[in-house]
Amino acid sequence: MFSWARRGVPGSMAALLATVMAAVAAEPGHFGYGTVPTPQQIAGWDIDARGDDGVGLPPGSGDVSKGEAVFAEQCAACHGTFGEGEGRFPKLAGGIGTLKDDRPELTVGSYWPFAPTLWDYINRAMPMPAPHTLSADDVYALTAYILSLNNIVPNDFVADRNSLARIKMPNRDNFLWTDPRPDTAAKPCMSACADPGAVKITSTAEGKDLTPRTTGPLDDMRAK
Amino acid sequence: MLAKLAQRRNVALGRRAILGLGAALTGTLAFGRDGAHAETSETSPPADAPWSQSIGAGVVDRPYGKPADFEAGVIRRNVPWLTAGTESSISFSPLQHLNGIITPNGLFFERYHAGRPDVDPDQHRLMIHGLVERPLLLTMKDIVRFPSVSRIHFIECPANGGMEWRAAQLNSLQFNHGMISCAEWTGVKLSTLLEEVGVKKEARWAMVEGADGAHMNRSLPLDKCLDDCLIVYAQNGEALRPEQGYPLRLVVPGWEGNVSIKWLRRIKLGEKPWYSREETSKYTDLMPDGTSRGFTWLIDAKSVITFPCPERPLSGPGLYEIRGLAWTGNGKVKRVDVSLDGGINWQTAQLHEPVLSKALTRFSLPWRWDGKPALLESRVIDETGYVQPTIAELRRQRGSNSVYHNNSIQTWQVKPDGSIFDVQLG
Repeated sequence: MFSWARRGVPGSMAALLATVMAAVAAEPGHFGYGTVPTPQQIAGWDIDARGDDGVGLPPGSGDVSKGEAVFAEQCAACHGTFGEGEGRFPKLAGGIGTLKDDRPELTVGSYWPFAPTLWDYINRAMPMPAPHTLSADDVYALTAYILSLNNIVPNDFVADRNSLARIKMPNRDNFLWTDPRPDTAAKPCMSACADPGAVKITSTAEGKDLTPRTTGPLDDMRAK
Repeated sequence: MLAKLAQRRNVALGRRAILGLGAALTGTLAFGRDGAHAETSETSPPADAPWSQSIGAGVVDRPYGKPADFEAGVIRRNVPWLTAGTESSISFSPLQHLNGIITPNGLFFERYHAGRPDVDPDQHRLMIHGLVERPLLLTMKDIVRFPSVSRIHFIECPANGGMEWRAAQLNSLQFNHGMISCAEWTGVKLSTLLEEVGVKKEARWAMVEGADGAHMNRSLPLDKCLDDCLIVYAQNGEALRPEQGYPLRLVVPGWEGNVSIKWLRRIKLGEKPWYSREETSKYTDLMPDGTSRGFTWLIDAKSVITFPCPERPLSGPGLYEIRGLAWTGNGKVKRVDVSLDGGINWQTAQLHEPVLSKALTRFSLPWRWDGKPALLESRVIDETGYVQPTIAELRRQRGSNSVYHNNSIQTWQVKPDGSIFDVQLG
């Protein structure tokens, strides 16, 4: 940028011009490209439901027994009849109380902090082969069924925009939503940083037979 | 005339040339890319190689170019046992074969949650709404009219190295570090688009969402959106690849790759985060005490030696150049140190220009290997003074179950035969 002052423009004038230019750049519609979406266009894509308070959940409802039927048809092939997960597909139920274990089980019941997030995710991303094709009522029913599999709601629970927002998930209070890192504050030592006798190999990938080949065609190795 | 002459000559040479090339090809492919190229009498001095005695293919023989056939093994690869299928999965860039800081578009790592959609750019739209003065619906033609910028930035999946929290498992540079790539991105600053719609004063967060089957969505603080985020349509000079979000994606420099939403179709401003599935049940870090951390977006400083590595061993004692890559979400790499003895002693490596903010940075150190066992490590220090930790230090803080953000020092064990293994030290 050139300097106004060097070109003999008084300082106050330069400041005024800068203000005007900034205001023009920040003015909505400055470029004027595109269109203002219609309410119908916005409604079609405005699918999000907020996790912590359920804002955005649509009208409708579904209960546990209907959810069981929809689940059997749409979900059980991957997630198992009772949410136990087939193969490496995600387990949806169980694991409550295991988060401090050596091998914790992270499921909707043991890990997810917010119930409305479950409705939002099923609605936007499931079932995997045909995402965002279920009715709001079916998604409510599935949400009710998965919560019941985790014993978070009774078997006569009806999920709707109000009831989901009121549920307190078991792991709700165990999340820190601000990043405390850095975790380490090492100083960059340059010489004799460790006792040579203390430098020991504690684990090696050698011989573990977990690594797909990295030459030739793609490897199709399966779980050992 | 020239063509006719060449044709006659080719006919004469044809059989010999094809035979010679065939032998060379077979030899190379049999050894794989890492093996020595076949040395045959027909391609070595004093003989002229067949390609030196024939005319090659003309222009537009391959209107969109591709790598040499000999480079066929330089590809993205996956770990098939890791995920239920390939549609919600990852592939890794072959860092062992890459040079420089730019990842070729065909080798940029992939991460999908509902497979790779084929989006028609004429039908694609970006909607910006919520707490804005004037909601906006943009076509791709609209978006490219906005003032454009080009920036070089890495994108790293925070699960890069996630399989090594507990122990050394995968004997590979590609599989332990290949969920990072770096490109020159061209597009429009997100701040420009937000100024165009007018941000309402109560807005604090943006929800960004993709047009893929996952309708992948994440929340971002408005400050970051206005700082350095880009809405891009080009990658290394050409349109984005479908794998990287064609025709439009978000790039959030220095932050975990998951927030750089691909196939971007919607930005909604609000006063609070959305707590979507991808920022509650996934992309959160489980700590040893059972609590979890959310919104851990920053990519901490990290570095890795890319030569030698398990895929590219040493071929006997002699002088080598240790080479590697370093990066940090905090800004620029300030220094990289290399150790040959498992972190007892360190030497400062040379950084190679350009050293750019939130981009891959090259380093190197000459090394005369005496053929004895060695433990190679690199350690980056970024411009904030943050020092890359060892896996032991990191594990003391985070335990072994946090999956994401393993930015620890990689140790390569060098054996007397020159082979290299992924190890961890106590």
